Amino acid sequence: MSNFKALLKKTEVQEGLKDGLPIGLGYLSVSFAFGIFAVEQGFAIWKALIISMTNLTSAGQLAGVTLIAASAAFIEIVLSQLVINLRYSLMSITVSQKMDKSIKMSDRFFLSVFITDEIFAAASRRDSISATYMRALVCLPYIGWSTGTFIGAAMGSFLPASVVSCLGLAIYGMFIAIIVPPAKKNKKVMCVVLLACALSCTIKYTPLSKWISDGFSIIICAVIAAATLSLIAPVEEDNND
Amino acid sequence: MTDTVYFLTCLAIMAGVTYLVRMLPMVLIRRKITNKFLKSFFYYIPYAVLSAMTIPAMLYAVPSKIAAAAGLVAGFILAFFERSLLIVAIGACAVAFIIQLIL
Repeated sequence: MSNFKALLKKTEVQEGLKDGLPIGLGYLSVSFAFGIFAVEQGFAIWKALIISMTNLTSAGQLAGVTLIAASAAFIEIVLSQLVINLRYSLMSITVSQKMDKSIKMSDRFFLSVFITDEIFAAASRRDSISATYMRALVCLPYIGWSTGTFIGAAMGSFLPASVVSCLGLAIYGMFIAIIVPPAKKNKKVMCVVLLACALSCTIKYTPLSKWISDGFSIIICAVIAAATLSLIAPVEEDNND
Repeated sequence: MTDTVYFLTCLAIMAGVTYLVRMLPMVLIRRKITNKFLKSFFYYIPYAVLSAMTIPAMLYAVPSKIAAAAGLVAGFILAFFERSLLIVAIGACAVAFIIQLIL
């Protein structure tokens, strides 16, 4: 019986690592872009690396770095992280409901660190999630995220400024790659995207920008756009990925 | 406040808030969310955040607005035809870089 359990555990480790590998490889390039971006904003390599190692979230880190570079108020950083990363709460709830008996309270405190869009997507495909699978799953994405940031920041430190500033567009390019395909297929998502862009431009190009900083602008635009569409066009039951 | 102290404080805030939004629901909530508004809001918020972060900020990410705009258009076209994350990112950077060289 103990042999059988050991075998089961081994399979779960393999499955976790296998599911984590493509995520880790994908994170290499996204975090590379983040590393370059951070250095371009004037961050030292160790600062970029420590942000990635403690946050593990692309949009949140980008907003954070932009705000820190602009010497933003602490409340702005709190609110921006809260709004941008609030979606992880829903993912945590979903994952939480699928966790089996092998998950102890201490596992919940530890494993929740690693809830990202991609890790959530991999984990939520399973009927039940064990502690072993989850631990194996998060290994390679975490290594990829940290390593990519380090390489990006290191390269950003010695490449010529004109190249680095163009490479700083990479992270925005990735955001576009995330937004556009679903917006093309789903009219509601397209409305959210267009509304958020319109609001963001309105704040930027009117006297409102004197009163509203970039950090708050993201929060205000995102909340208004998402709340408006949630009211007038809520998503269907089976559409909550 | 020195730069390092300011940075470390911000780092602690970022990491702390990000951890709490992930950890608290996993530890505290075990039942399903059924509220339609909340479910929709959580579904839409990533798209809204990424849109508001990209437009119009991307235009100011390189010294030349024309180069940045070209990168934005290139990224949009590649994303529209559903190229991978990496290709869209490289495409946007490359086009912006070339336009910057020409100008």
